[in-house]
Amino acid sequence: MSTIIRLQREPIAIAAEVEKLVGARQDIGAVVTFTGICRADEGGAPIAALTLEHYPDMAEAEIARHVEEAYARWPLLGALVIHRYGRIVPGEDIVLVATASSHRQAAFAAAEFLMDYLKTRAPFWKQVEAAGRSAWVEAKSADDAAAERWSAPPRRDAAK
Amino acid sequence: MAQSKTIKLRYFAWVRERIGKAEEEIAPPADIATVAELMAWLAGQGEQYAYAFENPKVIRAAIDRNHVRGEARIEGAGEIAFFPPMTGG
Repeated sequence: MSTIIRLQREPIAIAAEVEKLVGARQDIGAVVTFTGICRADEGGAPIAALTLEHYPDMAEAEIARHVEEAYARWPLLGALVIHRYGRIVPGEDIVLVATASSHRQAAFAAAEFLMDYLKTRAPFWKQVEAAGRSAWVEAKSADDAAAERWSAPPRRDAAK
Repeated sequence: MAQSKTIKLRYFAWVRERIGKAEEEIAPPADIATVAELMAWLAGQGEQYAYAFENPKVIRAAIDRNHVRGEARIEGAGEIAFFPPMTGG
């Protein structure tokens, strides 16, 4: 298994990172990648930029705990989480999650699981710059609900 | 009262802004046993703390970089962090 977890200020070289995750392996049949991108609006109002604050040591540890959990739940062959911090302007990436497995189902599910947990458990806080002012983004209850559904014990039951 | 151990506190996002600092060392009274009690005690340490902890229900906490609930005991903690609900990803 190859695992890549990193926090960085710079934009993410998506193709190169995914290539590193897969490497020369030939047992991987599916890679799912999710890229979170900074929108030009927040709550219907235009924004100039986002600034992400984070809790450095904890963010890595927390992401690592969820990656381990993903390995325990699905037959993954690799997982990657790269999260940016600092100032990010609309159109730039914020986060990259990639999961590799022999088959697509595990890769899709694990990527979604990791994103849902990143949203609610990884110690990052977004601040929006708009019209020369800064405001903290409020947490959304829809994100809590999305993360909550993974705590139900039966894990491969796709029924909703 | 027994001399209590110092704990490093870290604050993030608007909790940090309201308190006006990112971190500090404190020595709470020995009878402060839980995270919730620590928040209540901090809220009494001045106007900025009162503002930061005015609605303790929304504040999240971590002990030594692990999420904890209000009832978590602070004994043995090296670093306790307080922050709003997270908005990463």
